[in-house]
Amino acid sequence: MLKNPSKIEISHLAKTFGSKVVLRDISLSIPAGQSLCIIGTSGCGKSVTLKCLLGLIAPDSGSIKIDGKETVSQSRTHREEMLRRFGMTFQFGALFDSLPIWQNITFRLRQNTYMSRQKAREAAADIVVHLGLEARVIDQYPAELSGGMQKRVALARAIADKPEILLFDEPTSGLDPITGGVIDNLILNSVRRLGATALTISHDMASVRRIADQVAMIHKGRVIWSGPSTQMFDSGIAEVEQFVHGHAQGPLTDEAILAAKTGV
Amino acid sequence: MILGLIRNIGQASLSFMAAVGKISLFTFAAVRWSVAPPFYGHQLGRQILDIGFFSLPVVGLTTLFSGMVLALQSYTGFARFSAEDTVATVVVLSVTRELGPVLAGLMVAGRIGASMAAEIGTMRVTDQIDALDTLSTRPMQYLVAPRLVAGTLCLPLLVLIGDIIGVLGGYLVGVYQLNFNPSLYLSRTLQYLEFSDITLGLVKAAVFGFLIALMGCYHGYHSGRGAEGVGVATTNAVVSSSILILIANYLVTALFFG
Ligand SMILES: Nc1ncnc2c1ncn2[C@@H]1O[C@H](COP(=O)(O)OP(=O)(O)OP(=O)(O)O)[C@@H](O)[C@H]1O
Ligand SMILES: [Mg+2]
Repeated sequence: MLKNPSKIEISHLAKTFGSKVVLRDISLSIPAGQSLCIIGTSGCGKSVTLKCLLGLIAPDSGSIKIDGKETVSQSRTHREEMLRRFGMTFQFGALFDSLPIWQNITFRLRQNTYMSRQKAREAAADIVVHLGLEARVIDQYPAELSGGMQKRVALARAIADKPEILLFDEPTSGLDPITGGVIDNLILNSVRRLGATALTISHDMASVRRIADQVAMIHKGRVIWSGPSTQMFDSGIAEVEQFVHGHAQGPLTDEAILAAKTGV
Repeated sequence: MILGLIRNIGQASLSFMAAVGKISLFTFAAVRWSVAPPFYGHQLGRQILDIGFFSLPVVGLTTLFSGMVLALQSYTGFARFSAEDTVATVVVLSVTRELGPVLAGLMVAGRIGASMAAEIGTMRVTDQIDALDTLSTRPMQYLVAPRLVAGTLCLPLLVLIGDIIGVLGGYLVGVYQLNFNPSLYLSRTLQYLEFSDITLGLVKAAVFGFLIALMGCYHGYHSGRGAEGVGVATTNAVVSSSILILIANYLVTALFFG
């Protein structure tokens, strides 16, 4: 336990929007240098969990510790310091429309350290080439790129200054399998080589199998199963089995049908 | 029935007070972050260009035709008691004290208030504001502060130029249509004009510029989700800044009156 302390420790996180309970009781722990994947049906609150971790959404209750330090309702200065150690991608890219790609990628690098234009462009070009894009895209604007290219640029922005904690919200959704594989490798590399701790939200089971050390499934605002990724196919929980095998019939869909019928 | 009415009034006034509170907090934070480093000069430059320079045609055309119509209308009125030579004075005073700032303010509210709300609102719904925040940049400083500063600085300049164009419009109608003597019209224009008339107009303009940027940013920043949310934010920004301009116009005038 002491050898591998938790980098991220989420306990009893709860969040309600208006009358809609999204998170009831989420507890997760990620040891330093490990990669955790969160899975769960659409709308179960995966992105909300991630935003709570970043302090973008204030949870109603619960605690989030980074390196043992409580981060819920910490001061602004502490939060700003904390965020420098995070790299993240948002589900829909969230690239800055008004800035060319190279400025997007080096945005934080240039905020925090002085960096000449030339240097920044070179750094950006390096990263995009590494992600399988052509170097000339750095002068284009986000709107000029395809969805998959935007995903890769978002990833480039997240890892540009080698953060120690990586949060990815569906990094491979909408990508072809080959590019998806490239991105998976990149995440693995960051975790294995840079010693980063990663939390990835994904619907793509092939990718989960490749990148996850641990898997947690969220359902109805709770973590209904978590464990090593090697065991996710025989968890013994009907909901998890249905999800990881992608069956159309099962408890998850029955509930959805029932909910649609009764309107709850 | 009556109870329902009372409840509705109660709810409406509660949500009104809540909105006022939210806007006050936003204003306070925005002003505070406008005067604290780091300053994003590039962003400020972009906003100044957008608000100051690209609004010139709209403001110029508006004040030109307002000055022209003012000359015609006041001529019609004053001719009825043989006071035609006051036309130049009426035109210049109305334009500098009232029409220049209010018309420019309303036009810019439509143009800039809407675009600010749409741009910031889009950034909100596509998580770009959250991304800024996680990338070591305070959205208040990066997005809101430059717009507030640019709005407050640019509107007076726009209005100054609009005043000149408006007076020119009056002059053109006065000289070429109403057959005033050109030099007489000009001397009448300047004779009763006081420095305070111009400053009043410019103070108003600065207040309007601040309000336009504030409403554009506020509604964009708190935009609801999806494209619909941005649409609502845009409409609200234009409507609220227009109404605030008219209210502030009265307040500033009353403050300087007498
Ligand atoms: N800012 C917000 N205000 C109100 N409701 C919200 C907000 N953010 C999220 N929600 C609601 O919380 C629920 C969970 O949203 P979330 O984005 O976390 O889902 P998700 O698990 O990431 O789903 P997906 O796999 O589709 O991305 C949704 O029902 C959503 O409508
Ligand atoms: Mg999501």
